[in-house]
Parts: sequence; structure tokens; C-alpha cells
Amino acid sequence: MALSEPAQERIRPTDPDDSAFATALRAAALRVPLRPAVRVPVPLPPASRTVELTGPVFGAADVGPLDGDLTRQHRGEPIGERIVVGGRVTDRRGRPVRGQLVEVWQANAAGRYAHPLDRHPAPLDPNFTGAGRCLTDDDGRYRFVTVRPGAYPLGDPGDHWRASHLHFSLFGTAFTQRLVTQMYFPGDPLLPADIIWHTVSETAARARLVSVFDPALGEPGRSLGYRWDIVLDGPSATWAEEGR
Amino acid sequence: MLPPTPSQTVGPYYGTALPFPGGGDLAPPGHPKTVTVHGHVYDGEGTPVPDALLEFWQAAPDGSLAGAPGSLRRDGRAFTGFARVPTCRDGHYVLHTLLPGGAPYLALCVLARGLDHHLFTRVYVAEPPGDLLLAALPAQRRATLLARPEPGQRNSYRFDVKLQGEDETVFLSWHQQHGNDEDGNSEG
Ligand SMILES: [Fe+3]
Repeated sequence: MALSEPAQERIRPTDPDDSAFATALRAAALRVPLRPAVRVPVPLPPASRTVELTGPVFGAADVGPLDGDLTRQHRGEPIGERIVVGGRVTDRRGRPVRGQLVEVWQANAAGRYAHPLDRHPAPLDPNFTGAGRCLTDDDGRYRFVTVRPGAYPLGDPGDHWRASHLHFSLFGTAFTQRLVTQMYFPGDPLLPADIIWHTVSETAARARLVSVFDPALGEPGRSLGYRWDIVLDGPSATWAEEGR
Repeated sequence: MLPPTPSQTVGPYYGTALPFPGGGDLAPPGHPKTVTVHGHVYDGEGTPVPDALLEFWQAAPDGSLAGAPGSLRRDGRAFTGFARVPTCRDGHYVLHTLLPGGAPYLALCVLARGLDHHLFTRVYVAEPPGDLLLAALPAQRRATLLARPEPGQRNSYRFDVKLQGEDETVFLSWHQQHGNDEDGNSEG
């Protein structure tokens, strides 16, 4: 399923009889390769010349200590329910991914992105941009302070709404571990009908995109907490060194 | 082994979060050995893709793959090895970099709405003898990974990404088959 959000953004001239939704679907389908990906022959260890088994490094030069607080980027306080979203980033063996870049972006509490292409007629919030960054700590933990994003519609036809979600971008120790994905909220009534969530076809895999309500993560009297642990796939540099 | 977190599309609104100033300027400003790598991203009908995001990771000129912090706030000196470039309205991207030492290719990760999973490929700036990947490909497929030096222009290479079609770019996989489609782009 190669549908992407949102449908209302037209990226090519369309048949006047056609809905924007159908047009966006067709345009998205034209972006998906038809040939299978080629398995890369990885030389036996030492595999130091395989560029993709290493990856970029990030540090204090890239991310400031306040970049993970999306409620403090403007003069005033943004509208919305305060939440803390945090968790642990590991590889598939459960080893922490340390000092790596985590980026998030999201709609404001009304379901509107501070992005020129978003035409959803919900209010912009002058005190909320909806983008943040942090580095994982020595235990692989990340943490963001933000507001709970609102749901938003995908456009005609019908009445498809996106469940509340945060977009996540992560790096591992190898470029092959790159991950871009979306986090959802437990118990969201829009989730069962969210067509983007359903692009992950396996039920158990889909469930791994839903965070867990964890009040202990929030700040007492200020914010609620949601925990979401992330497992990066793909061969890591250490994996290659071990000859697996 | 823990099951991996599945990938989801980057969507259309990453622009407020992911691009950063100087994202495509890997080479320190004014460096005499700066090369330009540029091209278009096309879909299956040859239409330019205006909202793709390209990420490059490469060795430093001395062959080091250690990288360096500071990509997101470039100081004009460090060679970080990492670049992030969105395509423009006309599907065009531009990267300014230094040629990698060691294996002569840049690793490329392509993200765009419509893709449930990003795509990996390689930009070869030379055809190295004995390269395992290139050797395994038929000539026509191999050609999709080779950046072409631009005639009459010094230090400039052209590399187009064709997401689909007759001359579709070779995309790379690093995964064992899991027996389900959560790692692939083949869903539906
Ligand atoms: Fe979204």
C-alpha cells in the first residue's frame, strides 16, 4: 500500500472528474520501485570499507539542551495538553543506541501543521512550531516535552482522519539502521480506521507503533507521559564485526 | 532478537523539522576541491518529485568513516560526512562535497511521501575494479548507480534517481527476508 498523507496536496494536473484523493493515490503509486531491492554483498570482516555499516555522528554542536522541549520555542505557551514522550532506542539485540539523533515533528493541538502545504482550516498556534530534536543518552533514552497533537482529516472523498501521531526520525550506529516512522496514542478511537497506520500490514508490527500511557514519565501537576521504545533494524557495525 | 519498529512514510510535512541550513554543503565553503553532485528525482512517469528528501553519508577525503558532529550547525571547517538535501519544486537537488577516499561512492537514502520505507542506493563517482555490488549487476542496471561527469564542466557530476520505470535506479537491501512485508516497499 503506497498511500501517503495527506490526499489534498495535488502534485500533478488531474482529471477534473477525479478526486484529489484518487489523484494523490495514483501519484504515490508511481513513486514505489517495481523491481526488488538488490541485496548488498557485504565483504567478510573486516568490513570497514562498507560505508553503510558506519554512519553519521551527532553531538552538542548539532542539538542544544532545549531543542527537545517543543513548548518553549516561542515567547508564549502553546495551546494544548502537556505531554512528555520518551523511551529507549535499542538495536534488535536490546543494546542501547547511544548519542544518536532523534527528530520529531507533529501537528499542533488543533491538528494543523505549521507548514505552508497544510490547508486544513484549523487554527495555527503562534507559539507552536511542532519540531524538536534530542540525542539519546548512554542508556539509549530520549525525551520530548510537547503538547498532544490533534487529529486531522485527509481530504475528499469520504471522511478519513489521521489518528493523533508524532513523526519520528532516528539514526543508529550504521546508516542501514536509519528509521523514519510515526508514533500513536493508546486507546485512540481513530486508530482502527487510520489508513496510514494500516500501511503496516502485520497486526503485531502495527501494535509496536502505539505508545504506552506512563504517568511516571510526565511531570507531576504539569504533564502526562507516554512511553515508546524503539528498536532499530538493519545490520549495525558491531554486527558486521562479529561476522553475523 | 527484538522485533524492529516498523517504518512509516515521511509524509509531506517534514519540512519544518528535517531540512537544515547548509544541509547540502558538505564541503567547507571555498574549498578548492569542492565537487558538485546534482540531479533530479523522477517518478514512474518521469515527473519530477518536488518533495523528496535525500540523505548522503560518505567517507572523508582521507578515507575515514569516523564522521564528525556538526552537520546540523556547520562550522565551515569540519567534514562531517553527512548531508541532507530536499528536492526543489522541479525535483532538482544539489550537493557540494569532497570526493570520498577509499571506496568511491556516496551512500544515499531517499525519503518521500508515498514511500512506506526509505530507499537506499549508492552514487558511484568512479567505477572501482572488484566492487562486489557493481560486479553483480547487468550493465544497464549498473549504469543507474554511476554519477556521470558533466562534459565541459570541471568537478561536476550528474546523478538522477528514478524511483520506478524502465531505467529504475538500483535500490539496495540490507535485510534478511523476514517473511513479512514490513521492511519493504512492496505492500499493496
Ligand atoms: Fe502527520
